[in-house]
Amino acid sequence: MATTRMSMAKALNAGLRKAMEQDPRVVLMGEDIGKLGGVFRVTDGLQKDFGEDRVMDTPLAESGIIGTAVGLAFRGYRPVCEIQFDGFIYPAFDQIVSQVAKLHYRSQGNVKMPLTIRVPFGGGIGAVEHHSESPEAYFAHTAGLRVVACADSDDAYGMLQQAIASDDPVLFFEPKRLYQHKGDVDLDRALTSREPLHQARIARTGTDLTVAAYGPVVGTALAAAEAAAEDGVSIEVVDLRTLSPVDFDTLEQSVLRTGRLVVTHEAAVFMGMGAEIAARITERCFYHLEAPVLRVGGFHLPYPASKLEEHHLPDLDRLLHATDRVLAY
Amino acid sequence: MTVTTDQMVQLITPTGERRPHPVYEGLIADLDGAALRGLYEDLVVVRRIDAEGTALQRQGQLGLWAPMLGQEAAQIGSGRALQTEDFVFPSYREHGVAYCRGVDPADVFGMWRGTSLSCWDPYDINMAIPAIIIGAQGLHATGYALGLKRDGVEAAAVAYFGDGATSQGDIAEALGFSATYQAPVVFFCQNNHWAISEPVGLQAQVPIYQRAAGYGMPGIQVDGNDVLAVLAVTRWALQRAREGSGPALIEAVTYRMGPHTTADDPTRYRPTGELEEWRERDPLARMLALLQREGLADDAYLESVTAKADAVAAELRAGCLALPDPAPLSMFDNVYAEAHPLVAEERAQYAAYLDGFEGSN
Repeated sequence: MATTRMSMAKALNAGLRKAMEQDPRVVLMGEDIGKLGGVFRVTDGLQKDFGEDRVMDTPLAESGIIGTAVGLAFRGYRPVCEIQFDGFIYPAFDQIVSQVAKLHYRSQGNVKMPLTIRVPFGGGIGAVEHHSESPEAYFAHTAGLRVVACADSDDAYGMLQQAIASDDPVLFFEPKRLYQHKGDVDLDRALTSREPLHQARIARTGTDLTVAAYGPVVGTALAAAEAAAEDGVSIEVVDLRTLSPVDFDTLEQSVLRTGRLVVTHEAAVFMGMGAEIAARITERCFYHLEAPVLRVGGFHLPYPASKLEEHHLPDLDRLLHATDRVLAY
Repeated sequence: MTVTTDQMVQLITPTGERRPHPVYEGLIADLDGAALRGLYEDLVVVRRIDAEGTALQRQGQLGLWAPMLGQEAAQIGSGRALQTEDFVFPSYREHGVAYCRGVDPADVFGMWRGTSLSCWDPYDINMAIPAIIIGAQGLHATGYALGLKRDGVEAAAVAYFGDGATSQGDIAEALGFSATYQAPVVFFCQNNHWAISEPVGLQAQVPIYQRAAGYGMPGIQVDGNDVLAVLAVTRWALQRAREGSGPALIEAVTYRMGPHTTADDPTRYRPTGELEEWRERDPLARMLALLQREGLADDAYLESVTAKADAVAAELRAGCLALPDPAPLSMFDNVYAEAHPLVAEERAQYAAYLDGFEGSN
């Protein structure tokens, strides 16, 4: 297996390119994705190679981008929409939750909505407001949508192609602080050779407790596990990868082995992914849990000014503080 | 506010006289006596379908109905301008357009009876399922039209919406996107003067068709109670869209003579005398007057029209009453196109729960 070392942004670019080569019905839409290659350069060079018809710079209107993609999907296309920043997705919320999510259901399965909606998400880049949000729970809450988040270059490359190939609409969350992080990517691998789109991955094995994470904080969880190991604590890290559906089977098996669970994400803890995961794992593993499931994440506040974001975002120390509490039961 | 302008296209006066027009008259020159009679029959039949919907709701057979009384010419005129490959994105009041697309009359009622969320397979009749969210379908039509253009198909998409929808961002974005990409889409606004209780003056301070200019597309105001004028302008807009000349906005000035839905009470907001004023511009009476003037409305023909309306009404009533109640577990169908473990889990749990009742009675 020959691998290539590349940034997550380049891996996403390679994934888009491959999907476009393999299916002429794949079209890209978004603001500044053409000549500029997107503000994060994820679509760099694609308009030059595939033309303006397949890599469409759109007017600045998010509802327009998604609503037009719905019409293209009606016609049999597979649009891949780029939302420029997480905080810009709200103008498109109605089209996503009322139309994209529900058209297959409302039409009794007659109309397919194979859209992929790419959303750079999360903080840690010192941005101004509306540029660092984690809106994934809104979409995971909506039946009809699939929601995933990649955490490394290889998954970015593979999961994006899997999302585009899915006949369901997929919200594809890209941790923007990892865009320039490099990792090994097997560019020739078959889509099924790593995990299927809706399967979690054991990123590190351990025996004392499980930490579940996705997207930007998978790396934080792995660093915490590394630090804990020096104190003789063995942490298993599960990269959830998929937020709707959640791969509860993989998570349950991990918790049955370790007896303890901490869930971490950047989004606010209140009513977030961690709440659902804690409830379901408690239901499934009630007699095996040695401690309550704890959550580590953002606070119940608008994303703060960038000089404060290090306090808002879950970091290594806050995560270890929680694992200590769980182990103390 | 004044809603009609000197530019409003009219080919039949309210008393049924032909009115010449240098451009649009020629676009319906092919209509012979049989075609004119056919249009009148359509108007009568869809009025009857609509009345049947109201009656079925009043009899407790439908949960709700959105009457189109008064808008028959706007819908038949535009609907009969369509070709098979054209694709319609309607709102929830386009019963007349659905009839033109060849929908099975009973299929219209599933949504209103509550047996399903939709009415038909969009690909059977090239018409999307009704949009309830106001204006969302304008963008869908734009995207579909882009697809037609890419596929090299000489066809157009049509978005139907009301005057209230012109206040929605999605309609503004659809006008913008379609102009940017020169998408073959026709925006057909039925200005029926009322968005539930809100008069059109609360949505628009200039005639709606004039908005087109700001987007760089033609806007046409047409007498929406004049079936020939609507047919002519829609043919014009569709043809230029199919030929690659881009989108157009049609404002059909008409009037919703009934309530917004059967749950609405227009006597709370409609000014005295307004309904009577519009009754004098009734689209059916106008077309009948034209037929009579041209010697096309003998007794035998009028009887055949009534018989057709009776037959359609009987068929749709029987079809509506025969719609089966859906099986409980069918609510889990089609949430996703591909297998989804959460839906499967909840379905299995609810099935087991329901099974628990068997044998207990």
